[in-house]
Amino acid sequence: MSAILFYVFAALAVASALVVVGQRNPVYSAFGLIVTLCSMAAIFGLLGSPFIAALQVVVYAGAIMVLFLFVLMLLGVKSEDRTSGSTLKAVATALALALGLEMGVVLLGAVRPPTAPFDASTRAVAQVLFSPPYLYAFEATSILILAALVGSIVLARRDA
Amino acid sequence: MSGDLVQPALVLSLALFVLGALGVFLRRNIITVFMCVELMLNAVNLAFIAFSRARGTLDGQVLVFFVLTVAAAEAAVGLAIIISLQRGQDTLDVDAFRLLKW
Repeated sequence: MSAILFYVFAALAVASALVVVGQRNPVYSAFGLIVTLCSMAAIFGLLGSPFIAALQVVVYAGAIMVLFLFVLMLLGVKSEDRTSGSTLKAVATALALALGLEMGVVLLGAVRPPTAPFDASTRAVAQVLFSPPYLYAFEATSILILAALVGSIVLARRDA
Repeated sequence: MSGDLVQPALVLSLALFVLGALGVFLRRNIITVFMCVELMLNAVNLAFIAFSRARGTLDGQVLVFFVLTVAAAEAAVGLAIIISLQRGQDTLDVDAFRLLKW
């Protein structure tokens, strides 16, 4: 059952990723990306990570994509009036395929069957996140977010 | 139960990463390019989750949490930069931006 659901959501993710890459209108790309992110959240859930699945919907599909759509509407939506030339298309496809080949060799060579029992509930993830090695990094992210907040206000100010 | 999905998940992660890279190479609109970068980040997250599942440790989950945090900060700053770029050049075409200032 979970295998069937996995393949359904995987197909949905790849199809909507094709929409993201193939559309010339950025708003269609944004909606395609929302579908991709939500189906990836379902896949995270099927892989036994409910906490990350919830974060994916709240942070990515919710906050980040709303930000993208706000900026798109703010700047005025224009379709690309010019497409990439055929030479660039051929080179880009060749480069992407080479990248895929490399990653395939590395990733699929590293696969081993699961060994240990797996508990990725919110409680278990929080216990790892809030214990020493990762706790310092967690505190540092608060400074990062403050810096990003101040930086984006300064950058987007009208008289900057 | 979900252990046998590790390899398909890695293949999916690979496919999404390559599609994102293709978008970064081919698209002209800077916001679409940015969205393709987000797609690549998400493909990496999927690989983290799959390896976390395969090894039975939670470090992959924690790393995905940090990637999400950094992606949110990056999106905020990146979109602010795009707004001020568009103010200076009145276009969103990536080829129009050749100077590190606006």
